Amino acid sequence: MKNRLRRTMMFLNAHKASLVKDPYVYKPDSIIFDLEDAVAENQKDSARIALYNALKSIDYKGIELVVRINGLDTPHFKEDIRAAVAGGIHTVRVPKTESPEDIFTAEKEIEKAEQEFGVEVGKTLMMGAIETPLGVIKAYDIAKSSQRLMGISFGAGDFVRTMRTTRSQEGLELLAARTQVVLAARAAGIMCFDTVYTDVDNIEGFINEVKLIKQLGFDGKSIINPKQIPIIHQIFAPTQAEIRAAEKSIRTINEYAKDGIGVFTVDGQMLDIAMLEGAKRMIELAKASGIYEGDL
Amino acid sequence: MINKVGRNIPDELLVNGVEVFQGEYHFHNKEYTKASPTVRAFVAPGQDKLVSSLKEAIEKCGLEDGMTISFHHHFRDGDYIVNMVVETIAAMGIKDITICASSVGSAHDPIVKHMESGVITGLSTSGIRGKIGEAVSKGLLRKVAFIRSHGGRVRAIESGDIHIDVAFIGAPSSDVYGNARGKGGKSDCGVLSYSVVDAKYADKVVIITDCLVEFPNFPPSIQQVDVDYVVKVDEIGDPKKIASSILRFTEDPRELIIAEAAAQVLVNTPYFKDGFSFQTGGGGPSLAVTRFLRPYMEKQDIKMGFAIGGITKPMLDLLNDGLIRTILDAQDFDLASVESVNSHPRHFEISTSQYANPFNKGSFVNNLDFGILAALEIDTDFNVNVVTGSDDGILRGAPGGHVDIAAGSKCTILVAPLLRTRIPTIREKVTTITTPGESVDVVVTEVGIAINPKRQDLMDALQNVKLLVPLRTIEDLKNEAYALAGAPEEIEFEDQVVALVEYRDGTIIDVVRKIK
Amino acid sequence: MILKKNAIAGTLESSDAQIIIEPSHNGIELFIRSTVMGQYGKQIRAMVLKTLERLGVENAKVTVVDKGALDCTIKARVECAVFRAAEIKENLPWGVRI
Repeated sequence: MKNRLRRTMMFLNAHKASLVKDPYVYKPDSIIFDLEDAVAENQKDSARIALYNALKSIDYKGIELVVRINGLDTPHFKEDIRAAVAGGIHTVRVPKTESPEDIFTAEKEIEKAEQEFGVEVGKTLMMGAIETPLGVIKAYDIAKSSQRLMGISFGAGDFVRTMRTTRSQEGLELLAARTQVVLAARAAGIMCFDTVYTDVDNIEGFINEVKLIKQLGFDGKSIINPKQIPIIHQIFAPTQAEIRAAEKSIRTINEYAKDGIGVFTVDGQMLDIAMLEGAKRMIELAKASGIYEGDL
Repeated sequence: MINKVGRNIPDELLVNGVEVFQGEYHFHNKEYTKASPTVRAFVAPGQDKLVSSLKEAIEKCGLEDGMTISFHHHFRDGDYIVNMVVETIAAMGIKDITICASSVGSAHDPIVKHMESGVITGLSTSGIRGKIGEAVSKGLLRKVAFIRSHGGRVRAIESGDIHIDVAFIGAPSSDVYGNARGKGGKSDCGVLSYSVVDAKYADKVVIITDCLVEFPNFPPSIQQVDVDYVVKVDEIGDPKKIASSILRFTEDPRELIIAEAAAQVLVNTPYFKDGFSFQTGGGGPSLAVTRFLRPYMEKQDIKMGFAIGGITKPMLDLLNDGLIRTILDAQDFDLASVESVNSHPRHFEISTSQYANPFNKGSFVNNLDFGILAALEIDTDFNVNVVTGSDDGILRGAPGGHVDIAAGSKCTILVAPLLRTRIPTIREKVTTITTPGESVDVVVTEVGIAINPKRQDLMDALQNVKLLVPLRTIEDLKNEAYALAGAPEEIEFEDQVVALVEYRDGTIIDVVRKIK
Repeated sequence: MILKKNAIAGTLESSDAQIIIEPSHNGIELFIRSTVMGQYGKQIRAMVLKTLERLGVENAKVTVVDKGALDCTIKARVECAVFRAAEIKENLPWGVRI
């Protein structure tokens, strides 16, 4: 499903048996089975086979299932795609995307695999991981390059080194890249996700970063440890005031819509029917956060 | 004969008044006459009780073949006492001895050779781990072993089911007349709760210490009036393993989910109100739960009336922050607790009898609101196994206070992961029953919470609460475990019974058979 | 499926299984060691044999050291070892023999 809640996308090493069997207990919105960086070069085949078998036998309770395939410059990505699509993966995450051509290359293999394995063509979604300066610059072109793209993500891993600077608490060195990715995603009408926070024990630092990226407009964040999940879900949860405002918007818009009125003023604020979707998303987010007590 | 939890107890074991388990409170109001020791009057003054060696103490106690000796386990994996005494007894050529310990563990692996040679032929214990557990499971102990809970051990001693000839009490400090304490030495353990009954009911009592102190060593956990001899040795145990410097809260995300869900259950029962009582242990589960309990207590201005059990620093923090009014201590796990007991004005040492003995006039478990307990296996009738391994049936656990707490507390909450690697915790049938399902109220796993159907009141209380994990039936949890891991085969045993699992009231709740 | 060389897959970590495959001529010889032998020994044997059969392996000496792996992990490790032994790296028969 292209549009769904993706506040937390949890990476796990597809090769590690103990991790793939029940990651759903931590309740991330998406699980990213990693065939790339987490997996040693001589275990790529094993990780791929493990992924296929896990997809086929384990019930992941409705969580979105994503695979991070190996780079398009490696000999692995084609077989990664075959295994994942055959297994029924929902979304393919392409690392280090720098151009629409990267998306096309992956998409071609995905379509071939869908045909080979009897999956409805077009069903498999994609996301592009932007990890380089060139990728950031080309972000909008990447974001609108395919109907399958549900979102783009920003990955800071090597980025900071390439930029010839270092990671800081405030993240100033990442600000331009982050904003660019959000802009690109919104202009193309797709979702956007922020990079992993690797200092797992620094809870305060993590909270600050999550608040920042929420403010910047990101839809969610990649995570590497289950304890990061409840923190993000809590910060992304709407406040009660926001929920009430959304409820009011929805009710009034629907009421006015019945009379054929599309724009009006409520409490001094202009509301129009275009805001309905945002308000609905707010309610959906509230429900997913477990804090919604209304009746919409 | 089939007992109340459906286990078949061989008729040949039901002799001399031994009955099968018939229910948690079956013996309520039973009257009986307590057993008593044969003691020696120490009338003449001017002498002390110090003897030059353990061997001399054993000789003077008149230990003979066929007798019963006893030990506590306050020194846990750091204990040297049991091995020391058994070696000495073996060297003296004494044999056919029964050990009545509050618990034995892997620190006591060395006595297995004496089990095989016939020096030690009988065993009564709660915990039974390591090589001793394996040896008993293989049938290497000449007599059938008794697995008893902490409360059950006291009951058995006081009612005369066991008669202790010589009690060996390891003490961190003692004076020359036998006033012994769990503090004041170089390997402090805090309290000597398990030994109080031994001191009162054994014919002969020997204090073994590595730290002789000035007379009188007050306030004593074990009193001079019950002590025959005092022996000084170089080391009673390894202080690092007796009391750890810091016990950490678990950081494992799965355990945290379970603990948080258990706390949510707890605070939504009607028993969560000011003055509530809570049992704590040294293990991860109950400790982790207290971490999540605290915010609720602070927010609703609810304080714990008392906490009881094995004490650790997190409980002391709550005490010092005014969130607990009294701590009742039956065992200390860390240095902070050792320091606090008997010096903090609201942190008290109690005996194991006061804690959990079912046959006195009312022990503290009867006043408990909540007990948080772990479990190796739980079946769909809520029966629990905490003593035999799932995969091989080998003895490697301990009922400890599990059975006592479950029987006494108003709300018994079991916390456990759904699977441990491939092994389902929740299953059709448990290997050995130590705790009956009627004592268990709630089971909390990381995928769901099951409430015992006989607790409609708890179901009503939790029905509309927003919980971290959903309410489900125990059948459902079992099915999920089996869907993931496959249904486990039942392990096969030989017919020979190697241990009896005695319920706290002296009835037989299950038997452990020899492994194949 | 023709096995050309010895191969190993999986690890000895908890919840995993290590599979060693050696080509042979005596049908399937299977040796299993498991931390959950009592409860799941039969099931592990069945899963390994079924997986080998599906892959068309008729002759091999297979050694399994299991640390409580789920069925899907055992299957995955056996498959990986077999393809390594057969030196097949791409165009695997997903959904057909796997």
